[in-house]
Amino acid sequence: MQEFLQQVVSGLAVGGIFASLALALVLIYNAMGLVNFAQGEMAMLATFVAYALVNRGMSYWIAFPVALVLAFGGGIVIQRIVIRPVERAPILTLVIITLGLATLLNGLAGFVFGYVPRSFPSPFSAQSADVLGVFVSYRDLGVIAMSGLVLLAVYLLLQRTTVGLTMRAAAHHPEASRLLGVQVSWMLGLGWGLASAVGAVSGIMVAPILLLEPNMMQSIIIYAFAAAVLGGIESPLGAVVGGLAVGVTINLAGAYLPFVGGDLQLAVGLAIIIAVLIIRPNGLFGRAAVRRV
Amino acid sequence: MLQRIRTAPPRYWLVAIVVIFFMGFPTVISSFQTSLWTQALVLAIAIMGLNILVGYSGQLSLGHGAFMALGAYTSAILAHRYKLDYLITIPIAALLTGLVGFLFGIPALRLSALYLALATFALAVVTPSLIKRPDALTGGVQGILVIQPDPPQFAQDTFATVTGTVMSSDQWIYYVALFCALLLFWVAWNLVRHRPGRAMRAIRDGEVAAAASGVNIAGYKTMAFGISAFYAGTAGSLFGLATGFVSPDTFPVSLSIQLLVGAVVGGLASIPGPLLGAIFAYFLPIESNQWVPSQAWIPAQIASTVKNAGPAVSYGVVLIAIMMFAPNGIVGLVNSGYAALNRRLRGAGDRETGQMPPDPQTV
Repeated sequence: MQEFLQQVVSGLAVGGIFASLALALVLIYNAMGLVNFAQGEMAMLATFVAYALVNRGMSYWIAFPVALVLAFGGGIVIQRIVIRPVERAPILTLVIITLGLATLLNGLAGFVFGYVPRSFPSPFSAQSADVLGVFVSYRDLGVIAMSGLVLLAVYLLLQRTTVGLTMRAAAHHPEASRLLGVQVSWMLGLGWGLASAVGAVSGIMVAPILLLEPNMMQSIIIYAFAAAVLGGIESPLGAVVGGLAVGVTINLAGAYLPFVGGDLQLAVGLAIIIAVLIIRPNGLFGRAAVRRV
Repeated sequence: MLQRIRTAPPRYWLVAIVVIFFMGFPTVISSFQTSLWTQALVLAIAIMGLNILVGYSGQLSLGHGAFMALGAYTSAILAHRYKLDYLITIPIAALLTGLVGFLFGIPALRLSALYLALATFALAVVTPSLIKRPDALTGGVQGILVIQPDPPQFAQDTFATVTGTVMSSDQWIYYVALFCALLLFWVAWNLVRHRPGRAMRAIRDGEVAAAASGVNIAGYKTMAFGISAFYAGTAGSLFGLATGFVSPDTFPVSLSIQLLVGAVVGGLASIPGPLLGAIFAYFLPIESNQWVPSQAWIPAQIASTVKNAGPAVSYGVVLIAIMMFAPNGIVGLVNSGYAALNRRLRGAGDRETGQMPPDPQTV
């Protein structure tokens, strides 16, 4: 039982990481009806920036927000240069472009930082604390707390501030917003920046667990896809619940299903995606898609 | 007969020239170069499959590497464990992969384009670890060695009479791949010109309108998936033959990206597109790998990073640039250039010549 609970807690920790990246996917999906295949690579690049800053002797707690700000700016730049010219293009064009962006960023990271895996510092100690009879490492607790903080911040930004209201308005009713004086295109840019920063948190959180290298996020993005699809791809709350559920599921499957073990956890992510898409395509919290023809 | 030859449109002559070129090619290049071109032809077959699915029926698959893996492993296992002649396993692998693709196409019907892209991408990422698991069957990480067959007697005799040299195993495999490529390109050409092609394009351009016109949407969409997988399976099987082994790392997610690059660069919804795209996507990393380190003015450190990161960067830039500026790829550029030249030479607009406009932007 105790081992089971420990698996659940460490599942929640990785689940928080998936939730951040899934939330980033949901933000962009809500803004323009697109799944950003480059989200993971953007997070990976931001993590490399944080790594470079820490390596220059900057404290972790300064490098972390600086990297997020840079990721925010980078997200806006990417939206302005790559996405904005094709905003109205068919969805297949957009998907291929984000995939090209993912390939490009992956190559750029390899070009600048190389392919040698690097260890990334974690501010939390690896020791364990006894919480109600379950041993939980400070590292897991820190990751859970950090993810919770980010999700709370995004929630407050979107629901309680004018900028958040404007962004939501621009996403849901672009025409009406434009008439009311909202600069819709810049709101999309802001959305990309925000998504990039939220995704960067997942990269910086996961880097101490995996090693930092250009392909680090390749598996994490699959779990984030699974989380976003499970939660309903347009629901921020769904992304969080989905992320935690996927994290716990793959951890338990890895520990208790001998067939799965460590190396088929990714296949569990794929199985979740396919099962949800076939059984309940709108996910747990999504609305049924209604299309006018 | 003579009359027909004289009045054949210029593109028929172009096709004839290309075919003769590819037939004679391995007699003048080295054995190593021959095996490279074999792989490029194999890639062209897979890209043609992807082109039928994406370009004509409008369903985006980012996981065609997985279908290639299925074809390759089917052939390798049949040849290695059950001692079948490898050439016989090629159609078996193609049919099996086609069947799996057809079955995969049924749940795919329910998915929107975006979800289909997402699911197939996940499949491509997971493929290597799925192959590794049943290691008694697939050989695990080591993979399976494929014995490259010697050319049969009739091929040796023909080759000797025509060129006066002895046919090598590489050359024989090249001709096998060329035969499959020609056959499958011919099939694709016939397919897209007739009823199935029209139906698939109608579905791509407007599903509701197509359904209202009596097109069987579910039937043609799953059929496109099946045919596409059949091509990928053939390519996978030939790929194992051409490289001499199959292993999980032969089919990484970057293979699926390479196929997409080839389809997009050559030109979606065109017949010559996949061939041009395959040559581009296959030789770009190889050529850049040879060119960059051999330049004395590039420092060794930078040269080695470019070697590793170059393909990804250039694929990414090419994908983005083509989708932004030339969504119909090389074929689209050539077509519009040819049309512009024609207008300039004849001094007349399209309206006078009655020339049909080129296919509209497809993706």
